[in-house]
Amino acid sequence: MSATTTPIGHAAPAGPTSAGPGADAAHPRVWERPWARFAVRRLGRLLVSLWVLVTASFAMIHLIPGDPVRGALGPTAPADLVAARRASLGLDDPILVQYAHYLRSLSTGDLGTSLGSQLPVADIVGQRLPATLLLGLLGFLLAVAIAVPLGTLAGVLTRRGHGRRTELGFTTSSIVIATVPDFLLGVGLVYVFGVHLGWLPVAGNESASAYVLPVVSLAVGPAAILARIVRVELVEVLDADYVRTARAKRLAPWKVYLGHALPNALTSALTIGGLLLGSMVAGTVLVENVFAWPGLGSTIVSSILAKDYPLVQAIVLVYGIGVLVVNNVVDVVLALLDPRSMIRED
Amino acid sequence: MSAPTSRARAWRGVLTTPLGATAAVLLALVLAVAVLGPVLWTQSADAVDTGNILGAPSGEHWAGTDNLGRDIVARVLVAGRLSILLAFAAIGIAIGVGLLLGSAPFLLGNGRAARLVSAGVNVAVAFPGLLLALFFAVVFGVGATGAVLAIGLAGAPTFARLTQTLVAGLAGREYVAAARVAGVGRLRILVRHVLPNLREPLVVNATIGAGSSLLAFAGLSFLGLGVQSPSYDWGRLLYDGVGSLYVNPAAALAPGLAVLVAGLAFNLFGEAVAKGLGVTELTGPRVRRPATKAAPEPDEQRDHSEGRPSADVVLEVRDLKVSFAGRDGQLRPVRGVSFSVHRGEALGVVGESGSGKSLTALAVTRLLGDDATVEAERLRLLGQDLLAEATPAQRRLLGTSLAMVFQDPMSSFNPTRRIGRQLAEVGTEHQGMTRAEAMARAVDRLDAVRVSDAADRVRQYPHEFSGGMRQRAMIGMGLMGSPSLIVADEPTTALDVTVQQQVLDLLSAIRDADDLALVLISHDVTVVGEVCDRVLVMYAGRIVEDLATADLATAAQHPYTRALVAAVPDMATDVSEPLATIPGRPVGPADTPAGCAYADRCPLADVRCRSEEPPLERTAAGGRVACWHPGGEPDVVLAGPDLRRVER
Amino acid sequence: MSELRFEDVSVRYGRHTAVDAVSLTVPPGTVVGLVGESGSGKSTLARATVGLVEPTSGTITLGGAPLPRRGRRPLQMVFQDPYSSLDPRMSIGSSIAEAMPRDETTATRQGRREEVRRLLELVHLGSTSPDARPGKLSGGQRQRVALARALAGRPDVIIADEITSALDVSIQGAVLNLVRELQQELGLSMLFISHNLAVVRYVASRVAVMRAGRIVEEGTTATVLGQPEHPYTRELLDAVPGRNPR
Ligand SMILES: Nc1ncnc2c1ncn2[C@@H]1O[C@H](COP(=O)(O)OP(=O)(O)OP(=O)(O)O)[C@@H](O)[C@H]1O
Ligand code: SF4
Ligand SMILES: [Mg+2]
Repeated sequence: MSATTTPIGHAAPAGPTSAGPGADAAHPRVWERPWARFAVRRLGRLLVSLWVLVTASFAMIHLIPGDPVRGALGPTAPADLVAARRASLGLDDPILVQYAHYLRSLSTGDLGTSLGSQLPVADIVGQRLPATLLLGLLGFLLAVAIAVPLGTLAGVLTRRGHGRRTELGFTTSSIVIATVPDFLLGVGLVYVFGVHLGWLPVAGNESASAYVLPVVSLAVGPAAILARIVRVELVEVLDADYVRTARAKRLAPWKVYLGHALPNALTSALTIGGLLLGSMVAGTVLVENVFAWPGLGSTIVSSILAKDYPLVQAIVLVYGIGVLVVNNVVDVVLALLDPRSMIRED
Repeated sequence: MSAPTSRARAWRGVLTTPLGATAAVLLALVLAVAVLGPVLWTQSADAVDTGNILGAPSGEHWAGTDNLGRDIVARVLVAGRLSILLAFAAIGIAIGVGLLLGSAPFLLGNGRAARLVSAGVNVAVAFPGLLLALFFAVVFGVGATGAVLAIGLAGAPTFARLTQTLVAGLAGREYVAAARVAGVGRLRILVRHVLPNLREPLVVNATIGAGSSLLAFAGLSFLGLGVQSPSYDWGRLLYDGVGSLYVNPAAALAPGLAVLVAGLAFNLFGEAVAKGLGVTELTGPRVRRPATKAAPEPDEQRDHSEGRPSADVVLEVRDLKVSFAGRDGQLRPVRGVSFSVHRGEALGVVGESGSGKSLTALAVTRLLGDDATVEAERLRLLGQDLLAEATPAQRRLLGTSLAMVFQDPMSSFNPTRRIGRQLAEVGTEHQGMTRAEAMARAVDRLDAVRVSDAADRVRQYPHEFSGGMRQRAMIGMGLMGSPSLIVADEPTTALDVTVQQQVLDLLSAIRDADDLALVLISHDVTVVGEVCDRVLVMYAGRIVEDLATADLATAAQHPYTRALVAAVPDMATDVSEPLATIPGRPVGPADTPAGCAYADRCPLADVRCRSEEPPLERTAAGGRVACWHPGGEPDVVLAGPDLRRVER
Repeated sequence: MSELRFEDVSVRYGRHTAVDAVSLTVPPGTVVGLVGESGSGKSTLARATVGLVEPTSGTITLGGAPLPRRGRRPLQMVFQDPYSSLDPRMSIGSSIAEAMPRDETTATRQGRREEVRRLLELVHLGSTSPDARPGKLSGGQRQRVALARALAGRPDVIIADEITSALDVSIQGAVLNLVRELQQELGLSMLFISHNLAVVRYVASRVAVMRAGRIVEEGTTATVLGQPEHPYTRELLDAVPGRNPR
């Protein structure tokens, strides 16, 4: 079937407004382009959040009622030791001086000294961060690898007018699975595979097989939530007008699903699921404690219990930055996938 | 039935689903343990037995004993109250602070202060609850009070955000604007109009939130940061139990199970309520249905149109019915529609909202989702049977010979794809073009529908087009092939009048140039009158009249057609006379009466109209009409006894 | 009854000027139609009039006095979408009563009930119970309730923003008839906003044409629609469907 070129241009004069309001929108100045405005706005927000975060971690120690040093060293510690420690931490200076000092040392990468081990905090963090990062990343990848195919399948099976029973089963089981907190799942897995069957190591990260249980406990809950979101979004998108348009073009069904529906469903899923990613950063804390994982998560808990405030402060800051980075990466990915999301924030 | 009773019904509905019932039973059980646990089992929970330390499960101690020989099961049952009270306290704090922060922007009148509050909430909400909880746990110190404050405050941003979104949504409603115009103060509006509408989402989220904070508490206690001994909640028992996991696993598994069951009870109940009180879907008992079935072919090949040679027929529809499975059995919004469209002909379809215009168009073009059942005696495009099983050949025919234009040009384009690619797709799919060829054709087609700078514009996204331009691009997409028929469903309803005129001109021009057939659906008689040769008037899923557009104003036979024409003011309407009105409201598919569907609103209705449905029959003028009194004068009938009254 | 007067009113949203130096008068007892396309600033002008947005510059006066921002509002508005302009949880009676100014007649519950009845009667909903919730009513009935609520405020001027565009054609006629009737019987002044020239022609005695935030032409309906001066008015008139039937 050959395409005909229809000469219709002459048939009616275009009205005076036919150029439409979009006519000169095609070539805006560089700084007025959506992505430039988006980048500037995003960067501004990132900087403000970072400042809030740093200030919060600074304020944390000062919000503690009573004397944190006295609290850390215990009621029996001699008064001159407490005074000396206070002086060495600079706690006797005026608050703004302390704040300025805090910002200055942060900018040089100096995170202070641990009260417990007397080691530089930066060294401890640097030593423990990689294990946590690896755990988080693997958990995230596993969650996505489970959730996207499962959610897509469920979405297609339960599109409007289909699979009421499948939907009920899927939704209920995803709620149930998502309810199981990672640390409980971890304990359960330790019991079954470690204690009962003895198949897998239950502590540390020395061998590759030691990764299995922690990564699984971290990933399962978020995967259930994400799969559910993907399904809901896909069902919604399959009902959208533009999917009907794609069907009106009589594309092969798989092209409609994979080409038009899934990308849009994933963009909206990412919008909601972005927060979930952030919460996986936090999820590592509990999982690390179940599996004695040598990361930041086990360190922060022990240092909170030991009232090792400089260390706590630094780790809270690192986690916070991790969350900020994750959220901003999500936003950028979203902007790449869906050009509208850049404008929507205006 | 007023709103409260329907809400009561919704609640009952929640409790009678299997999920809702299970959740409710679980929740009742958990709450009962919380109330009764400490009363019944404190004694055995505190009974130290140094002779049986870390004992394994036995008939006496179902889950064994702890390091002081105390019964684990009893301790778990006693710990329930504290766990749940702490969770409630935390969620209370979260909701209180969240509501305050969330409604602050509305009360502050969306000024600078309001923006600051919502920006703060937005930053805080991005931080996972556990991190915030750890932060506050440091500040408030390790222990139950600290943990309650920590988890409560950590949950507050989520609720603040939720409230903020809901309030902003409600504040945008016109009834809130109306109340403001009426002089009602902001606080009063919040209390009277906004908060009541927040009740259900808040109940749902509070229930789910209670479950989450229960789990969060267990998490903190498990880390040793929550409840400290000698007090104990489930998390604390778990913490102790994990220490002896290798000696007595049950000591860890029992509290773990308790946490899980309680968390599930709250979450499932919340979800069930959310589902039950949410939007009710149009689904119900599923009727067994074949996907599409053709009624037996009738031997008599009667053509409904005005004596044209049937080789010219582009689209032929006979006795088309569309039905859905509704809550109370089948709904049939389209009830037997027959018409045909010839080459070069423009056919208008008018009718009020819900009369079945769109469903007819979608059914005819095979675009209805498979929740709809489409039946027809005959449905042919260019002589090809569309009721048959979809084959690649049929797909190609539909993809190239049929163009669709939808009402909303914004939502009808894929927002994440460039316009050019969306057009080019047709070429690569059906016409064997390469990507480059298809793109060149897309530029050519956009040019043909008078989109300026087509070569640049193909690289833009739909949101960068104006409304009228999008609709022209949509038409251009239909012209990628060589269509014989364009079906346009309210193509100009979403557009401004001047743009509407351009789009209508464009459609007419395309039709004239290539002798295409056009089906134009509109609720606006004047639009159809301007573009089309012939009009189908639909009412309650049937064609009630089929006539030439020239006859619309003067020679319409059906009372509904005449009322419809008279009810719409045009630029020649006599402004000193009141407009004609149609009493009552249109009937929907669920309440279609036995006789003529229009009878309740018709000034000519008599006993027969109410009992027997008038068939669509040929008129002297060459049209078709479905009425027992076609062309009847209302005055004549009204002069006699009013049969409607008599009958009632 | 007093005159509503706009002098040099502008409304800006950020860099975007939605209403640009508009001057317009709504004389007592007249319906002034305001036509223009979407985005021309009609609704913004309406919202500025009733205080939902603040004009960036210029003044709006009623009978020579600036509009009060508190207490009784001498201006009332009827909105486009009858499905969102009534609180779904409130009975139509309470919605109407809420808009009533407090005085001797409305001080008692009984007085308010009677007033609600009277207003419902006025908009031909006499047989509808004031306790009904909006969910039970059709679009046209809801729009009539919205009109009754506007009348309850005993306004000097009513602003009607596209009040028929969300209605089905068979129902639109009844609302338009009611508008004309109320105007003739109560001598109401009204700013009647619509994109539909035929509808405006039917209810308004004066017409103002708005484009890109400015009023480009204003005059009696007969003059503006009969002998349009501005090219844009002519363009609008040409675009009215049904003017050039095939
Ligand atoms: N998926 C569906 N399930 C059940 N009923 C439906 C479905 N889609 C439409 N209907 C019903 O079918 C009837 C006709 O709908 P249709 O969309 O064809 O009307 P229309 O004439 O196009 O109206 P409008 O002018 O509002 O577009 C309506 O009563 C509608 O509620
Ligand atoms: S059949 Fe009877 S009720 Fe129906 S339109 Fe004709 S006259 Fe009216
Ligand atoms: Mg429709």
